[in-house]
Amino acid sequence: MNTTIPVYIPKLINKEENFVYGHRACQGCGLALAVRLILKAAGKNTIIVSPTGCLEIISSPFPQSAWNVPWVHIAFENAAAVASGIESALKILQTKGKIPDKKTNIIAIGGDGGTSDIGLQALSGAFERGHNFLYICVDNEAYMNTGIQRSSSTPFGASTTTSPAGKISIGQITWKKNMPEIAAAHNIPYVATANPSYPLDLIQKVQTALAITGPKYIHCLVQCPTGWGCATDLIIRIGTLAVETGFFPLYEIINGKYRINVDVPKLRPITDYLKYQARFRHLKPADIEIIQKKILQEWQKLKEKAAK
Amino acid sequence: MSKRVGLEVSLAIAEAVKLADVDMVAAYPITPQTHIVERLAEMVADGELKAAYINAESEHSAVSLCVGSSIAGARTFTATSAQGLALMHEILFITSALRLPIVMVVVNRALSAPLSIWGDHSDIMAERDVGWIQLFAQNGQEAFDMTLQAFRIAEDHNVLLPVIVNIDGFTLSHVIEPVDILDQEEVKKFIKEFKPFYPLDPRTPLSFGAFATPEYYMEAKKQLEQALFNSRKTILSVWKEFKKLYGRNYTPIEPYKTNDAQLLLLTIGGIGETAQTAVDEMREAGIKVGLLKLKLYRPFPINELRRYCQNIKTLVVVERALSVGGQGGPLGFEVRSAFYHERKKPFIHDIILGLGGRDVKVDDFKSIVKRALKNKPKEYEFIGVRE
Repeated sequence: MNTTIPVYIPKLINKEENFVYGHRACQGCGLALAVRLILKAAGKNTIIVSPTGCLEIISSPFPQSAWNVPWVHIAFENAAAVASGIESALKILQTKGKIPDKKTNIIAIGGDGGTSDIGLQALSGAFERGHNFLYICVDNEAYMNTGIQRSSSTPFGASTTTSPAGKISIGQITWKKNMPEIAAAHNIPYVATANPSYPLDLIQKVQTALAITGPKYIHCLVQCPTGWGCATDLIIRIGTLAVETGFFPLYEIINGKYRINVDVPKLRPITDYLKYQARFRHLKPADIEIIQKKILQEWQKLKEKAAK
Repeated sequence: MSKRVGLEVSLAIAEAVKLADVDMVAAYPITPQTHIVERLAEMVADGELKAAYINAESEHSAVSLCVGSSIAGARTFTATSAQGLALMHEILFITSALRLPIVMVVVNRALSAPLSIWGDHSDIMAERDVGWIQLFAQNGQEAFDMTLQAFRIAEDHNVLLPVIVNIDGFTLSHVIEPVDILDQEEVKKFIKEFKPFYPLDPRTPLSFGAFATPEYYMEAKKQLEQALFNSRKTILSVWKEFKKLYGRNYTPIEPYKTNDAQLLLLTIGGIGETAQTAVDEMREAGIKVGLLKLKLYRPFPINELRRYCQNIKTLVVVERALSVGGQGGPLGFEVRSAFYHERKKPFIHDIILGLGGRDVKVDDFKSIVKRALKNKPKEYEFIGVRE
């Protein structure tokens, strides 16, 4: 995709707001921005399912709601199962002629904890059963809602409240779980990564996914100034740096075929990404070297897959 | 016309689910629930039952699928046992609080450890407070009837609560019993169309499952309690209608030979029939003993219980569950507290037996009554355990 956006293109984006103002997200929340864009892409004819997490907490303090589309929250680990139930029910009710035959988008939007940790089993089950729905992981790389505890999606070297950097620890000592690859291993027709710093790419991916029948997965990195310790006015830049450093490449896997959406001919050094975030501030050059090496390896692997 | 057939009770339940024309069955296999869901899967595979049969990857997801399905407006059924029910625990509270009329058959089985696939009530007693309506069947006919009734009760807009129909694992689920199976035309008079109270429809966007601050939480819980108590009225009227249509009578507590009884046994689940035989034999021997069979466990029929026990000396609660470290079995606690403030109350003697599938025999009830008639029976004790 061409990263220079002609000025008129934003005018083509759907004006309708289905995730509306008044929600309780922190200033500079990448998640709120991503969800707003996802809803613009999906449109009004959509049902959203959320597990417990930041999104649920910021959008649904009774008696208020930030949702202009039907929205369902049940528990933490079961969003994919609840979405499966809704999808199967609508399908059978249509088959039995009890409700009109029309397509409704079913989108589950869960955080990294609700997706890659506690919700992984339900998600795998839903993918395997082949329900026609889109699952979007909005990944802020820790349990932010409960106070920045590490998840399996927290990157190596990040300091969180349960993987704190200390005298003898560098913080998180495991590598980020590769959710897009786990989703792809279910042989589902569409997997993609996204990031709200690339709004048109995100919108296009949601629309591409919704046009495909079967289970779809989008892994969307979302900036979290509260948890990452970054300036709220820098989140868009930090999002592009995640891509330009190779920390979070943007790619699609359509029917098993890889395609890199934002090509980066020469990756910027990872320090360009890390330096804006307090969660990485304690890292020493030797630690950063380990991260840099891993990023180059992974980027190479991805490029090889895309070249096939 | 109904047809009286010899049928495994699990299969009779599957027939009831089919007759109710469910839209969705989501389940995960666990012994001894399996025969119910296997039969339903078979019915769907043969096109006999027009429903989605979803193989969940766990009970937690099975009940979550049911929740999604019920919100979307589908008539929804599931079944489970023991560990499966325990895994559902978290979602059971949410189901009742969201007022979703899901029907679930729990084939009662012991909870691990030690692992036991055999029957008792430890699984369901751990789910006492989840806010579901709970019925207990004592035979195949009741299991069939209650499954049908459950849909009517749950989906009534004056109720809108999930219902659990309990049947004993193996001693009821896996036995062949004579059951009057109603035909589709007859059932049509009884089962209505399911209309969800709130639609899940993009044209009328609603939010389901908001979080509540301390300002709202208690009101939500109080409302749920009121709804559960209020459901009693509908349950009784559904039973009345059922009797009128099909002739079979259901009451929250079924009394047996209670007139002039000095001692009453109180049972829950399938052991009621064994107790009945024992009562007959003891009556022949001149012992003035009667029996109460608890059919409706939630909402708890406290007034009926008090009424039946007005003139008796001893009430013996016989149950297949234990509250470890408490004061006997969970039903025993509840019954004792029902009488605490009554001026005239029987001595309450609580018996724990039949855990993990241990046989409960007619002679057990005779020896229970014998002990209870002694001068000073214990508050609670075990029967049939090696010490």
